[in-house]
Amino acid sequence: MTDISHPAAAAAPQRIADLQSGYMELARKKRLYGGLTLVVFVLLLVSGFMVADSRNAGGFWDGLANVGDYPAAVISEAWEKRAELPANLVKFFPALVETLNIAAVSTLVGAMIGLVLSFLSTRGLARWPRLVPLFRRIMDIMRAVPEIVIALVLIFMLGGGPVPAMIAIAFHTAGALGKLFSEVAENADLKPVDGLSSVGANWSQRMILGVVPQVAPNFLSYSLLRFEINIRASAILGFVGAGGLGYELRNAMSWGPGQFDAAAAIFILLFAAIVLFDQISSRYRNRLTEGGHA
Amino acid sequence: MLHVSSLTKRFGERTAVDNISFNVDKPCMIGVIGRSGAGKSTLLRMMNRLADASDGSITYEGREITGLKGAQRREWQSRCAMIFQQFNLVPRMDVVSNVLHGTLNKRSTFATLFNLYPQSDIHRAIEILDRLGIAEHASKRAEALSGGQQQRVAIARALMQDPDIILADEPIASLDPMNAQIVMEALRRIHEEDGRMVVCNLHTLDTARRYCDRVIGMRDGRIVFDGVPDALTTDAAREIYGAGDDFSEGATSTEIEALDRTELAAAAYA
Repeated sequence: MTDISHPAAAAAPQRIADLQSGYMELARKKRLYGGLTLVVFVLLLVSGFMVADSRNAGGFWDGLANVGDYPAAVISEAWEKRAELPANLVKFFPALVETLNIAAVSTLVGAMIGLVLSFLSTRGLARWPRLVPLFRRIMDIMRAVPEIVIALVLIFMLGGGPVPAMIAIAFHTAGALGKLFSEVAENADLKPVDGLSSVGANWSQRMILGVVPQVAPNFLSYSLLRFEINIRASAILGFVGAGGLGYELRNAMSWGPGQFDAAAAIFILLFAAIVLFDQISSRYRNRLTEGGHA
Repeated sequence: MLHVSSLTKRFGERTAVDNISFNVDKPCMIGVIGRSGAGKSTLLRMMNRLADASDGSITYEGREITGLKGAQRREWQSRCAMIFQQFNLVPRMDVVSNVLHGTLNKRSTFATLFNLYPQSDIHRAIEILDRLGIAEHASKRAEALSGGQQQRVAIARALMQDPDIILADEPIASLDPMNAQIVMEALRRIHEEDGRMVVCNLHTLDTARRYCDRVIGMRDGRIVFDGVPDALTTDAAREIYGAGDDFSEGATSTEIEALDRTELAAAAYA
């Protein structure tokens, strides 16, 4: 225990006692709030779960025991047919390339549209300052509509295949990246832009030469992150008939037993691809954000 | 009671602390001086086990410190408090909570998450704050305090640990002379009144002379001086700082009195 031999403590014990009881009061209040927050949180969690469970078709508790059955069936069948795994991997590799292709093209297109939209909707940089709210709402709408909804509509109009998926993901990406880009651009230094204005540069020249060099590392980093997300999105869109790995996976899964070796091969491909690109892009992003110019 | 032998720390090619050894027999106030990059901070971080030693050993009361792992290492850290140059408090939490962090090693995660510290601990925290003269700020956020006050909160956190050793890594380097004096006097008082060992990294010679019982001078990771402050001659200081004949102690000083001294010297010349 700390020895309190400081003269002030002995001289004014009353003052210390006041401070102590004052702080205890505060601490009690904090604990009460903390406890109440916890109770509200638990109540919300439980009630939300009850509502979801009551509307569930099968019933959560009855189904819980069977959760492990499907993965077990897939793994055991895939293990029995493990000799065919390399052949399956080769067979589905083109589908993986298609999925990656969709993700890459839609990220590129989306990033370019997002770039333009972001400058149009950033205060201080906008070409038409009065229209900033309009472009912001346009980006909101692009972000708000889920990729899968756009893809379903486009597949209905254009027929199945990778092109609707590409358009759908690019549309969503433009909205999402535009928002992130515009937050970065807001912090850009305006002095170079002024400098370029003073020599008579037009708006596009000012943006490309004055702002882009400042924000390029951040923009690239966000685009790479978006590319990772889009690989997953493009795999999911395969489920609604947009081609690629997702399409093959749905076929393998819905045909049930007998095709599980194919499903396992697809899972492995998808997992490996996502891990690979995750690693590459996180390494590259680290280099960009740490300011390494090498 | 504290034995450091052949302690070495390498960062890749660079050797920050190079094969240093010293013994401490009874609790005293030790000042470690040297230039920036001499390895003073690394030495302290290895003693607290914030950093692992590359080679050598530290033993305290017969117990090997450098090899401790997991819960044992955390238990050692709770007995060997650390004070940092930049205070390292949690800025958005109030002063008493920051002081109570000194007891974290004895409390469960759940209890600390819901702020369930025993009343006796809270009372003790406020008593310690009063001892350091900042009890009035008990319920303020740490970030609202001045640098000197924050450093005293950090000292209070260290005292809350009830440690055997207090390590202070340049505790006054980011403070003005007035606050530097308050903080150094607090550390000295803790040593004298509680009998705790205090090891203090310092930039400046005069602070070490004034407050420490023993001075260890480091240069490029090696110990180049170890003795009582009176043995610290100008030549020894030149050796520690690697400076030439133009070296003057006043130039490194942060003390108020030292300022007066230089002024007096200037007046004498005039």
